[in-house]
Amino acid sequence: MKKKIRVLVCKPGLDGHDRGAKVIAAALRDAGMEVVYTGLRQTPEMIARAAVQEDVDVIGLSIHSGAHMTLFPRVLDLLKQAGATQILLTGGGIIPEDDMAALRKIGVGELFGPGTPMDKIVEYIRAEVPKRRTVGA
Amino acid sequence: MSDTVDELVAGLFRSDARATARLITLVEDEAPEVARIQSAIRDRVGRAYRVGFTGPPGAGKSTLVAALAKHWVNDGESGRVARVSIVAVDPTSPFTGGALLGDRVRMTSLDPSVFIRSMANRGRLGGIAATTDGVCDVLDAYGSDWLLVETVGVGQSEVEIAECADVTVVVLTPGTGDSVQLLKAGLMEVAEIVVVNKADRPGADSLVAEIQSIVGMRPHSDVPMPIVSTVATENKGIDELAKTIEEYRTQQVSRGLLETRRKRNLRAKIQRLVEARLRREIWGGKGASEELDATVECILRKEETPWDASERIVKKWIR
Repeated sequence: MKKKIRVLVCKPGLDGHDRGAKVIAAALRDAGMEVVYTGLRQTPEMIARAAVQEDVDVIGLSIHSGAHMTLFPRVLDLLKQAGATQILLTGGGIIPEDDMAALRKIGVGELFGPGTPMDKIVEYIRAEVPKRRTVGA
Repeated sequence: MSDTVDELVAGLFRSDARATARLITLVEDEAPEVARIQSAIRDRVGRAYRVGFTGPPGAGKSTLVAALAKHWVNDGESGRVARVSIVAVDPTSPFTGGALLGDRVRMTSLDPSVFIRSMANRGRLGGIAATTDGVCDVLDAYGSDWLLVETVGVGQSEVEIAECADVTVVVLTPGTGDSVQLLKAGLMEVAEIVVVNKADRPGADSLVAEIQSIVGMRPHSDVPMPIVSTVATENKGIDELAKTIEEYRTQQVSRGLLETRRKRNLRAKIQRLVEARLRREIWGGKGASEELDATVECILRKEETPWDASERIVKKWIR
């Protein structure tokens, strides 16, 4: 059986706009993925812990608060500490181009702004996940 | 970074969350490594007490499970913190194969030591996934004291949880039908403890009375069935429910019923595995699909009846 792609969709920090996260979660579900949705106000620690326990392939963070330059590096760091570097950390929200480039440099994946077609995100995840998988032998 | 099964099992025995999670994935995907994993962990399986929670969607199962987890983490015996693990099952879409696993939303304020794993049922209709039982074995070997298993929100006949739990808790809410619903076959037959959640709502008292009236009609009630009222969102009734489950376990152990129960579950598990294997052998083989198509044509041409066709196919396998 082909392994299912598992994705954790999170809303870190204090902003309560979870519509985007829910739309993404539904779109990934419709694309045949197993989406673990954790809801609002997640700390980076909670996100990294959930990602490890759920053994997800991808974490998608939805950030509209402007705290992306703090939250993405922190989650990335916690994943490294947990030995879970194969997980693709991606996301979206209101993030300036320069910041996207800076985050990509430290190992964050593609980030998506408002108006991105869902297909583009689905295709990106489908292309990226197989490159990172390390199944036990 | 590739992990071998041996490394992962060693990690599991150290209670390493990452190794445990990866083993769960292999079990969930029914990977070829499962046989090796099962024999590597079998000496450590059987310690955890497995509590199954089932009931209709929106009855408050996730909130209740989270509240109980919180209770038991804080209430560890002899000063040691109890290890609580949760397996929460949600439905897979029959159309896309995707799933939205949302039970963690109600479980966000739990202690970091609680291991939560969300599972999609992947097409299985009994309220849990085909591999939920195997996932529970891994979390048992992880060192869990309490293993709380939450089913998909079920209707009436999804009762497979009873075959992989030590005790089945059915969660109901007021205002969801009259006593005839409770008399129907299925859900209430597997109930060993009943929770009336959202007990602050109108109709809670009459629901409890209705449940009490049908308990007396149960033919196989060698243990009286406790009914506990809770308001899980306000943490009301959780201490009592925890105590009720603990007492149930004590009763089971002292009367030798836990062993009987686990033997019965094991029996059902062997049957499930054999049936799944046979299904794969018969329908998964080369040319099976083409043969099925040809048989359909035969039946449509009135050369064979469906009954004759099934006899013919079965005879190929049974000598």
